[in-house]
Amino acid sequence: MLIMENVLLALAGLKSNIMRSLLTMLGIIIGIASVIAIMTVGNSITVMVNTQMQEMGANNLTVGVSAKSTSEETTSSGLHFGAGNRRSMDTEDYITDDMIDSFLEEYSDNIKYTLLSSTVGSGTAIDGDLYAYVNVVGYNEDYMEYNDPEILAGRTFIEKDYENAQKVCIVSNYFVNNMFEGDTSAALGSAVEISINGKYYTYYIVGVYEYDDSTWSSDSTEDTTTDLYIPYDTARTQLHTINDGYESFTLITTIDTDSEEFADTVETYFNTMYYSNNDDYEVSVTSMASMIESMTTMIGTIELALAIIAGISLVVGGIGVMNIMLVSITERTKEIGTRKALGATNGSIRLQFITESVVICIMGGLIGIILGVVLGSVAATYMGYSASVSISAIIIAVAFSMAIGIFFGYYPANKAAKLNPIEALRYE
Amino acid sequence: MAAGDLMLDLRDIHKSFFIGTPNEFEVLHGINLTVNQGEFVSIVGQSGSGKSTLMNIIGALDRPTLGEYTLDGVDIEKAKDHELSALRNKKIGFVFQTYNLIARTNALKNVELPMMYAGMGRGERTDRAKMLLEEVGMTDRMHHNPDELSGGQKQRVAIARAMANDPAIILADEPTGALDSATGRMIMDIFHKLHEEQGKTILLITHSPELSQETDRIITIKDGTILGESKGNWKGLSSDERAGVKKEVE
Repeated sequence: MLIMENVLLALAGLKSNIMRSLLTMLGIIIGIASVIAIMTVGNSITVMVNTQMQEMGANNLTVGVSAKSTSEETTSSGLHFGAGNRRSMDTEDYITDDMIDSFLEEYSDNIKYTLLSSTVGSGTAIDGDLYAYVNVVGYNEDYMEYNDPEILAGRTFIEKDYENAQKVCIVSNYFVNNMFEGDTSAALGSAVEISINGKYYTYYIVGVYEYDDSTWSSDSTEDTTTDLYIPYDTARTQLHTINDGYESFTLITTIDTDSEEFADTVETYFNTMYYSNNDDYEVSVTSMASMIESMTTMIGTIELALAIIAGISLVVGGIGVMNIMLVSITERTKEIGTRKALGATNGSIRLQFITESVVICIMGGLIGIILGVVLGSVAATYMGYSASVSISAIIIAVAFSMAIGIFFGYYPANKAAKLNPIEALRYE
Repeated sequence: MAAGDLMLDLRDIHKSFFIGTPNEFEVLHGINLTVNQGEFVSIVGQSGSGKSTLMNIIGALDRPTLGEYTLDGVDIEKAKDHELSALRNKKIGFVFQTYNLIARTNALKNVELPMMYAGMGRGERTDRAKMLLEEVGMTDRMHHNPDELSGGQKQRVAIARAMANDPAIILADEPTGALDSATGRMIMDIFHKLHEEQGKTILLITHSPELSQETDRIITIKDGTILGESKGNWKGLSSDERAGVKKEVE
C-alpha cells in the first residue's frame, strides 16, 4: 500500500536528520506532554478524592441547620447581601434530641447509624518526661460502632459509660507507647490528665485501640496526634453543652436506601415538622454522593481549563511542523519534480507529505505521552497522590496529534502536489 | 506493437510562454516529428534552440499551445492531469543529465519507485528492480544511497529506473553531459545495448553533433524549428568503423 511506503519513507527521512526532526517535534512533544501531565495529576486527585470520600461513606448524610435564603436577599447575580439584618443562631434554632428521637422512630428502617460527636479539643498529656499529643473527641454509641476502632486491649465503651457520662477513655497504641512505654496492662485502669487550652481533664483508660496510620498521613511518628475517645455525653458535660441542640449531625443510611433521595425526605421532614414557623433558619441535608459529584466536577473544570491552556502550545507546535514542512518541500522541489516525471500523481505527492507531517506529529505525540505520563506521575506522587494515568487522555492525545499533522500538513502538501513538474525539475 | 509502427507523432506543435500579456513568447514554431517503434533518434540543438521545451512536451510534462501529439496511440491534448501522470509512469522512461535520483533512498528503491506508482506489489517490483540493476551492472551497489555512488553509477541506476515499467520510449536528456568521456561512453553503450538487444525506442536529446552520429536518425533543431533530418550512419558501419566513431566522439 502507498500509505505504508510513505510511512517508511517518512521514518527514513526523520532518521536521516534526527536533530531537525526532534526540534520539529519539540512543540508537539511539549504540548502533548503538558496536557497529559495535567490530566494525569487531575485524574490522580479525582481518584484520590473519590476513594477517600467513598471511604467516608457514600451513604453518608449531613443534616445541618442553615440560613434560609429568601428571594429579597438574593440579587440577580445570586449573591447574598443584607446578612446584617439576620439574627444570629439561637438556642431555639438548633435541632433538639426530641426532634432526632421522633425522626429516628419514623425512619428507623432507613437509618443504620446516627453519628453525634463533640470535640473537646486538642491537647497534651504530660507525665514527668513523658508526653503525648491527643485530640479529645466524644462519640455516641453509634459513632463508636461506625468508626469501629480495632481494640487491642481492654474494652470499648459500655452502655453505662454513655448513660452516666463516665469519665472513661479509649487511647491509641501510640499513646500507650508514649505515656506507658508500651506497657498496655499498666495503661488500662490508669488515669490520664489532658491539658487543653489551660484546662485539665482527667479520664480513666478502659481500652487501647490500634492507630490506623494507612490513611491521610503516611509519615506517622511518635509525635503524631492521635484521637482519644470519650463518651459523647462526657464531652458535652465538660463543654457545658449538654442541654444544647445540634447544629449538625450525620446519618448513615442503610445499604438499601437511596441516600440522595432520602436526603430530600429528611429535609422535608424536619422543615415541615419543626422549621415551618422559623423565618430565618431551616434544615438542609448534604449527601456525600452529591459532594463527591460537585467536587469531581470542580476538579474536572479546573483540569480542563489548564489542559486548554497547555493545548495552545500544541497549536504552536503544529505551526512549527507546518513551517518545517514548507522548508522541506522547497528543499525537495527537484525530488518532487522527479517523482512527477516518474509518474507520481498530485494525489500521491500530497499523500506523501501529509503522511510525513502526520508521522512527525504522531512520533512527537508518543514521546509527549511518555514524557507527560512520567512528569504527571512524578508530580502526583510528589503532591502525595497515587498517580493514575488517564487512558482517555492518551487516546485523545494520539488522535489530536494526528489531526494536527493532517491540518498543518495539508497546506504544504497541497503546495507540493500543485508544483509544476517542469519548474520543479529545473529547480536548483 | 511491432517494430516500424508509429510510436510518436507530433504535428505542427507550437509552444508559447506567457510572460504577462501581451508578451507572448513562442519557443516552438510548428514542429512536425514522427518516431517509429524501435528507432534510436537524436534531437540535436544548441542551448536555447527549444529542444528542452520539445522534450518536455514529448515527455508529457507539458502541453503544446497548439498542435497534435499522439504517443503510442494516446492523444495527449485530451488527457487529463492524472492520465498524463499515468502516461509518464508507464510509457516514458526519463533519463536526466543530473541523474535526479531520490536522495536518501538506495538504488534499489529508486528503481522500484515508478513500479510503486504503477501499483505493482512489493515482492514483484523488488525482483524486477534487481533484474534491471543487474542489466546495467549495478547489482553490488544496489543498497547504496545516491551520495555513495559515482556519476556513472548514478546514471546507470537512472537508466534502470527508466526501464522500470518497460516504457514505450526512453527519453534521455543529455545523459552523458555531466560525465567524463569514458563514463559517457559506457552509458552510450548501455543505450546501444537496450536498442539493439531489446529493440527499445530511444530519443536522445543532445547538443553534441558527434554523439548524435551514433543514432539512426538525427533531427537538428534551431530557434524552435526543425532545420533538417539526416541519417546517422551507425547501422551501416562495421564494428571496426563503429569503434572509430566512438573514438571520434570521445
